[in-house]
Amino acid sequence: MPKLTIDGLEVEVPAGTSVLQAAEELGIEIPRFCYHPRLPVAANCRMCLVEIEKVPKPVASCAQPVGEGMVVKTNSPAALQARKNVMELLLINHPLDCPICDQGGECDLQDQAVAYGKDKGRYIEEKRAVTEKYLGPLIKTAMTRCIHCTRCVRFLTEIAGVPELGMVNRGEHAEITTYVERALTSELSGNIVDLCPVGALTSKPYAFTARPWELKKTESIDVLDAVGSNIRIDTRGNQVMRVLPRLHEDVNEEWLGDKSRAAIDGLAKRRLDTPYVRRDGQLRPATWAEAFAAIEAGLSGLKGAEIAAIAGDLADAESMFALKLLMQALGSPNLDCRQDGAALDPKVSASWRFNTGIAGIEQADALLIVGSNPRIEAPVLNARIRKRVLKGGFKVATVGVKTDLTYAAQHLGDGVEAFQAVVDGENPFFDVLKTAERPMIVLGMGALARADGARILGAARHLAEKAGLVKDGWNGFNVLHTAAARVGGLEIGFVPGKGGLDTRGILKAAAAGKVKAVWLLGADQLPTNPLDSAFVIYQGHHGDVGAQVADVILPGAAYTEKDGTYVNTEGRVQRAQRAVFPPGEAREDWKILRAASEVLGHVLPFDSLDALRDALAAAVPAFATPDAAAPGAWGDFGEAGALDAALGPLGSAVSNYYMTDPISRASPTMAACTLEIIEAGNARTGTHG
Amino acid sequence: MSETYHVETIETVETPETFAFTAENRKRAEAVIAKYPAGRQRSAVMPLLDLAQRQAGWLSRDAMDCVAGMLGMPPIKVYEVATFYTMYNLKPVGRLHVQICTNISCWLRGAPEIVRAAKDVLGVAFGETTADGAATLSEVECLGACANAPVMQVNDDLYEDLTYDTAKAVLEALLKGEAPPFGSQTGRRGSCPCKGATTLKELAGEHAAAESAPAPKAKTAKSAKAGKETS
Repeated sequence: MPKLTIDGLEVEVPAGTSVLQAAEELGIEIPRFCYHPRLPVAANCRMCLVEIEKVPKPVASCAQPVGEGMVVKTNSPAALQARKNVMELLLINHPLDCPICDQGGECDLQDQAVAYGKDKGRYIEEKRAVTEKYLGPLIKTAMTRCIHCTRCVRFLTEIAGVPELGMVNRGEHAEITTYVERALTSELSGNIVDLCPVGALTSKPYAFTARPWELKKTESIDVLDAVGSNIRIDTRGNQVMRVLPRLHEDVNEEWLGDKSRAAIDGLAKRRLDTPYVRRDGQLRPATWAEAFAAIEAGLSGLKGAEIAAIAGDLADAESMFALKLLMQALGSPNLDCRQDGAALDPKVSASWRFNTGIAGIEQADALLIVGSNPRIEAPVLNARIRKRVLKGGFKVATVGVKTDLTYAAQHLGDGVEAFQAVVDGENPFFDVLKTAERPMIVLGMGALARADGARILGAARHLAEKAGLVKDGWNGFNVLHTAAARVGGLEIGFVPGKGGLDTRGILKAAAAGKVKAVWLLGADQLPTNPLDSAFVIYQGHHGDVGAQVADVILPGAAYTEKDGTYVNTEGRVQRAQRAVFPPGEAREDWKILRAASEVLGHVLPFDSLDALRDALAAAVPAFATPDAAAPGAWGDFGEAGALDAALGPLGSAVSNYYMTDPISRASPTMAACTLEIIEAGNARTGTHG
Repeated sequence: MSETYHVETIETVETPETFAFTAENRKRAEAVIAKYPAGRQRSAVMPLLDLAQRQAGWLSRDAMDCVAGMLGMPPIKVYEVATFYTMYNLKPVGRLHVQICTNISCWLRGAPEIVRAAKDVLGVAFGETTADGAATLSEVECLGACANAPVMQVNDDLYEDLTYDTAKAVLEALLKGEAPPFGSQTGRRGSCPCKGATTLKELAGEHAAAESAPAPKAKTAKSAKAGKETS
């Protein structure tokens, strides 16, 4: 390990480390624009110049590997002067429009210009301006502000794997562009707004709506996919202005999917802000007392077995736990958190978790994806797979409808026959898994939510055992969920009790009149026709599918409006925090259930969120330790039997990434994305792929 | 502070035609690709763009997409290459593509005079094509013949050691469909000093002969060939 001196301090770092990184080890920050620790080094902004003894010229520290005995000065007069000169060059064509720039107040260039800029420009020649570029509904451009650091180009090329942005022309005429003026098709494109060190790329939906210093920042968890990305919710007053990713190395690193970032305008649309009760076939606004009275009347005289509850995809663990206790008190065994009918085995925790862990993907050396398209089901997780692919020595194969995953994957076939062939060892990919040191399989909801899902799950377990996917210190069996509530519901045991019905059973029994009342906790992804004759209580925050069949609507809180616990696909328990208050009469969901329990004469045993969380942790110990993810316990799960090829090819559970839940379906931005990215893409022909 | 600025825009020309290599050029392209090791086919991007340009006269977006498809490259990476080099024409050019270097060596040796000659003969500014489509005038970066500056390239041929008069004569001849000799217009050989060779004396006799008989070498212009080969 080379030893070097930086600003008089000695440091020893591994060979290949850059001078800039070595300085960071010492806590010395060197200014930079183009360097980013997760991107390849470009060394084109020249802001990180330092003086190195015996080197005649200033050196770009981001691209200079350390050498034994090197003496670096980051703050010598020569280094400072060099940086001042670079800053002056950068500012030649950069407009002085900070007061009308959305980046103002959180701009690297602005901050560093304070430290290194001159008070006056000396440049009197003609300046250059650059026309705006169209990058889709999420990204607004002001390309005259661009300093050509190429972070956006490198991000889309390397991390997102959707190389659609580039730098064309050269020198004075260089420009960042797609050249073809089409929307970026990456699900991670919003991250280039965060990466842009100046105001060239800013958020289109957020444009001109707020200044960073006006915003209250709340650290929370994203629920629009099952990854559980860590987010920061920026609010002003009672309005969510924007959502940004927050660093969590084991989950989302520092990236965030576009839906999680930009669907938030859906939080202000189609909201249920007052209780409703159906009278004479019409849903009419009501008071809470009237709504609870209607529920009491609707449930009175019903036997436990005639009542059912289904939890939706955005439900927090606390409310699911409260609803489970309420259902138990009412004597109902009919509850399910798998509204898509996914055949997840509630008894064996390994059968429903992403056991390898998201960070664990980086240790794997072979991967089989079955019935899932991680690119649209969990874009951040897909970026992690891509990161692993780029390192090399990683074989990926898919079974299911062929799509572009942003990395090379061997396509074994569309249907279950191909999967069966791997399980039986007839497909050579079985041997790839078998000989790999750390093989993994990812099962998607596209496979498990089919009628033969339980048999696919059983076959996958068989494969896991036969091919050595599960061994000491390694569990390569993974389920990739699409619903943020799903794993939490399974951990809590929001599943049929003894003799109880699952989602399919509830719907069938409701159609047959055997189940007479159904409590939908934000369940919007199910066919509602069977519920027409039942008494339906819909508790949720958006007037979506579930609310339309409801007899009583209880307005709940969206994820930004309540303190809630969510368990991500790995089984990681994470706490979301309230950033704003629910609109109108809407309330936090656990409070609604607590109040309802009192009206129904089965008072739930907690009066505060803390008491509820204590009860939850006592019942399910996993909830006592937030932010821990461990592989589940292995056991016997799934069913044996032939897979049903007649059910067609294995698809993804998600057809449109931008619209998967009541929030994103209500979002105008997501509607624009659907139109400008997905539909425009469908219209494309020929070689543009 | 200056109030003036110029606006950078990317001009793209839309064409309804789709581009495909001719069978012969396809074979050539495959031969080029085969020169590079497996997985490094992208290295063939510049020769393939050149081939496409020779076939169509210029590079339409469709042609660049075609090259991208053949090499398994994202199209934007091809656009980056094609826009970087002035040798790739992203707009249709005339039968003669007159490219004049205005970099420092040529500039010191009188490039502005050559530019004036070209504008006088063709009657167009940089970046423009004559109304009859005979010639396009372009300002380009270094053409790699600094020792014989100032230099003008017409299609594939370099015309060196130009003056206003010789540049004008060359262009007028080319417009008439003649094939004026390319290379040094003063007959200088081997880029020797303009007052005669000081080294490489074996060449000096030849040089002296060239000086006494200014009719230059018996080369024929390649440009006529190159221009037609593709059309």
